[in-house]
Amino acid sequence: MKVAYWPGCVSRGFTPELHGSMAQVAPLLDIELVPLDRASCCGAGVIAEHNQELADTLNARTFALAQQVEGAELMMNICSTCQGAQSECQERLDASAEYRDIINANLEGGLSYEKGLTNKNFLWLLVEEIGLDALKEKVTRPLTNLKVGPFYGCYIVRPTPRLGIDAETPRDQYLDQVIDALGGTVIDYAGSHKCCGFPIITMNKQASLAQAGRHLGDAVDADADCLVTPCPLCHLNLDLQQPLAEKVVGRQLNMPVLHLPQLVGLALGLTPKELGLARHVVKPTAVVDWTTSVVAGVGDSAGGW
Amino acid sequence: MAEEHKPPQDFTLRIRRYDPDAGSGAYWDEHTIQLEPHRSVLEAILQAKARFDGSIGIRCSCRAAICGSCGVRINGEPGLACHTHLDKAQAGSKDGVIKVEPMGNMPVIKDLIVDMDAVHWKKIRRVTPWLINKQPIPEREYIVDATAMVDVTQSMACIQCGACVSDCLSMEVDPEFIGPAALAKAYRFVGDPRDAEQHERLKHLAEDPAGIYDCTHCFKCIEACPKGVAPMSQIMRLRRRAGSDAKVNDRNNGHRHEKAFTTLIKDNGLLWEAELLPRSYGGDSWFGKFAPAAAGELVSSLPAITTALLRRKVTPMGALKPHKIPKDDLKDVQRIYKDVEGRDERVEFNLYISGVDEDNEPPTVEEPAAEEATS
Repeated sequence: MKVAYWPGCVSRGFTPELHGSMAQVAPLLDIELVPLDRASCCGAGVIAEHNQELADTLNARTFALAQQVEGAELMMNICSTCQGAQSECQERLDASAEYRDIINANLEGGLSYEKGLTNKNFLWLLVEEIGLDALKEKVTRPLTNLKVGPFYGCYIVRPTPRLGIDAETPRDQYLDQVIDALGGTVIDYAGSHKCCGFPIITMNKQASLAQAGRHLGDAVDADADCLVTPCPLCHLNLDLQQPLAEKVVGRQLNMPVLHLPQLVGLALGLTPKELGLARHVVKPTAVVDWTTSVVAGVGDSAGGW
Repeated sequence: MAEEHKPPQDFTLRIRRYDPDAGSGAYWDEHTIQLEPHRSVLEAILQAKARFDGSIGIRCSCRAAICGSCGVRINGEPGLACHTHLDKAQAGSKDGVIKVEPMGNMPVIKDLIVDMDAVHWKKIRRVTPWLINKQPIPEREYIVDATAMVDVTQSMACIQCGACVSDCLSMEVDPEFIGPAALAKAYRFVGDPRDAEQHERLKHLAEDPAGIYDCTHCFKCIEACPKGVAPMSQIMRLRRRAGSDAKVNDRNNGHRHEKAFTTLIKDNGLLWEAELLPRSYGGDSWFGKFAPAAAGELVSSLPAITTALLRRKVTPMGALKPHKIPKDDLKDVQRIYKDVEGRDERVEFNLYISGVDEDNEPPTVEEPAAEEATS
């Protein structure tokens, strides 16, 4: 399927392995990515905090660009925060024709947003468009014995009405379902749907890292080998900042955190090197049982770092 | 559409019991009651109390989602016991048993009763929750513009049940955080045209290390609130007022972070993370990183930066040079900034107040039925 692809900023900045692994995984799942190179940052809620109309206009511009991609079935993102911030703007735009007109009047160059764009995170697309059964069939290296804790990121699970989450569409359980479909073991722990703390890292570093450290610690206590997240900002606090989070919570954590396309890529037979697993601050090899897990290959010199 | 009431059926409650005076730990208690599925969890608790165990502690009064007394956690989610139907609660449970616990972030007095005074009301008092009159006080009532109060109606809908406090993830790690309910209450007065101390209020809320910039934007309070107050949205309004209107350049880096982020997108179209951190501490320009506050932060972040560079997570070029969108598109983005920010008034669209266009509502009559009626 062809999608208008919005990679976001951080996946091309501080977590380049996310964008890279998505590009590797897409062809294996028959997803054709048409990158929205002309689009700007979603604002991550911060621009909306500054000026709502500005955030809504910038995202309406992105949506309009996505709607111009010929043959694309929908718009796809790989960042929980993009999903949440864009869904918030889209909710307002879709709610009122009058407001939509006000925002569209800010757009130029033949761009105009028409109500009703479908914008799905890769996680949602995996379950709803590709399907868990089809995904299972594509698995060449099941994640047998790999104990994976899901970490969703706030923006993709709340508020539930805005994100279309209900009993029939349990998007807040999809990560669990995907881990299971890939052959891994889902680890149930307290932090899976909580906040990584990233948004206040510059405002209250102590509280921010206490959140990251607490959830990582809960995952350690629940015996997880690693976490997986669809959000690169969560990844920054959980992986890049993990050494500092360890100091705040006063315990060793050593918990690898994988991006969603990386976990999918491992099960689809890609090498850890191809998926950029060596770029993480907490090396995925550190805590995994080498004899039983697919991630064992990560440390193998033949598999290569 | 009138719903047909189903006959009574069995529901099992698993209630968290705890009595601090008893000297023993908390435990779970199970009771099976019989009620119609549309009845509330509160009715089930009261029936269990009446029939099996009179010592179950629960606080309640109106039973109509107005008084805010019966806030509890049902299957881990906060809500009003009187406002949650038994069938819905059962559908949301993992094993068919409805789990009822006291709210979080507050000490338990007994069973399902938490100490609202110790946390919730203490925080409410912290934001001066009353109107400070503009002087001189008019002889008769204040006259305000008919539309002026619309903005604060959402925060006025709060019934002080504490559901948002219960689930606040910032408060979980930082008990000092003023929190969603009290900050929503603060906006009720900051947004009130009759209040004389709006600037002072904003200054205090922004400068307080446990104030508006301690909110981590997790949406928990929006999800928790049974009245649609959306406390987090009120906190964002407070930030907008404090930074853009009252120009409070707070010591928590809150406004600087917002400004730096917004400027970086204007200059590049995409976020330049390596610049955001120093500018949030040091100020919104390329020189921000040389400010003492920024330099200190950069030094303390050196281990993380070094590891990131060593692992090729971040390349030196990537850190020193921003990624940008194509030139013409960047010009378009900058034009949007100029147009929108150049206006005197901000356009804010609040769904709570404006509602949704009628054609967005799902059809009230199912289509096949309508066809039958016409054929």
